[in-house]
Amino acid sequence: MELLTPDLGLIFWMTLSFIIVLILLKKFAWKPILESIKQREEFVTQSLEQANQARQELEKVKDEAEKILAQARKEREEMIKDAQEMRSRILSQAEEEGKKAKQRKLEEALQEIEAAKQNALKEIKDTVAELSIQIAEKVLRSQLDDPQKQKKYIQDLLKNTNLN
Amino acid sequence: MRVKAFLILAVALILGNSSFAQEHEKQEKFNAGDFVIEEVLDAYWWHIATYKGHETAIPLPVIVKSKIRNQWFFFWSNKLYHGKQYKGFFINHHSPNKGKIVERDAQGNLVRPIDLSITKNVVAIWISMILLFGVFIPIGKRYKQEALQPPKGLQALLEPVILFIRDDVARASIGDEKYEKYMPFLLSVFFFIFINNLLGLLPFFPGGANVTGNLAVTGVMAFFTFMITTISGTKHYWKHIFWSPEVPWWLKAPLPLMPFIELTGIFIKPTVLMIRLFANILGGHIVRITFVALIFIFAMFGIIAALGISVVSVLFIVFLTFLELLVAFIQAYVFTFLSAIYFGMAVEQGHH
Repeated sequence: MELLTPDLGLIFWMTLSFIIVLILLKKFAWKPILESIKQREEFVTQSLEQANQARQELEKVKDEAEKILAQARKEREEMIKDAQEMRSRILSQAEEEGKKAKQRKLEEALQEIEAAKQNALKEIKDTVAELSIQIAEKVLRSQLDDPQKQKKYIQDLLKNTNLN
Repeated sequence: MRVKAFLILAVALILGNSSFAQEHEKQEKFNAGDFVIEEVLDAYWWHIATYKGHETAIPLPVIVKSKIRNQWFFFWSNKLYHGKQYKGFFINHHSPNKGKIVERDAQGNLVRPIDLSITKNVVAIWISMILLFGVFIPIGKRYKQEALQPPKGLQALLEPVILFIRDDVARASIGDEKYEKYMPFLLSVFFFIFINNLLGLLPFFPGGANVTGNLAVTGVMAFFTFMITTISGTKHYWKHIFWSPEVPWWLKAPLPLMPFIELTGIFIKPTVLMIRLFANILGGHIVRITFVALIFIFAMFGIIAALGISVVSVLFIVFLTFLELLVAFIQAYVFTFLSAIYFGMAVEQGHH
């Protein structure tokens, strides 16, 4: 039966002790502990939010960078294309021009050759003419030494020449 | 493992034999019932050990006020050892007030003085208080100084428990808006019960006292729960008790049947709280001490029987102690949780 009869003294001391426990632990333990935990939780939530924001911002920046990069790539490709086109154009132009120049030079050379040929022919003709004259002179001189022959020759000439 | 088992057995034998010797000298015959009850009751001294009939106990202060002489008396309890009388006070060996300090009036009747003695349980409560302060005040200091640092050491061990009480007990039962006011009480009650339950599992000083298995202790805590519940009761709470709209009128008037039941419930709830903790912890203590008593009983049949039963008893005691570790937590949790539920009922607004 002693088990079921609460002792007055123990009730007194227990009440007193428990009140002291409540007061002291509330002031020195539970209050700072709960406040700090709350503070920390708020801090963590805040940090998470900030991290989220930062991540979103980063994503945005990344997107932008991607866009810029894509544009740059496009531009580069265009530039390369342009350059290639220009190169081929220049090449073909140069080729054409070269061809033309070659043609011109060829023509010039041909003309020069022609001219030279004409000159040469003229000179040859002249020379031949002179030579012919000289030969003819010499021949004539030798043939016309004697007056007989001279006469005969003149007669031949006269014969060949039509008097018209 | 085997070495450990032998050690336990050896200790059990030494303790068993010496205690048996003492009991033998004193009473000739071992009374298991008295032995068990004495172990779980409060005492005026803290018994440490008995060796070869020589008792070692810590005497504790006796503070009594004689109703007959109308005077306070302060003395050490060792003056009352072995049935001795001191200034008219002695320890009663018969019911009622068995084991309590009494005095005789002029007619020879036993009279109980007003007894505010620092008993074994009071000392055990103070030891647990010192432990609580020693653990939680430095932790609180660290929280205050380094609020944003991750917890470490004991703090890291206890923070999940504190969070558990906050989130799964207080918040869940009282609600997010009002739980904060009740946190200091809930945490204090939880850790007070838990630490005393654990100390009660230790078989020797400074543990071994049956604090939470004492009706006065659990009663005081339940009374706190009752007071807090009653004080925080809202209009809705009282209306729900005296004139609940959910109850048909003929149960409320002319005969106030439901209000009466509800009103009784206000007192039954903390009473149940008090009895549940008390009975659970007391039960654990009694079962474990009974296995010790079993060794002494068998010792009367000879050393072989004592040896044999020691093995069984020690194994059972080890097993029960593990079970009681679980119970220590569960009962602290249940007391806290039900208190929180009662607070939640008291502060509830409107209908769910």
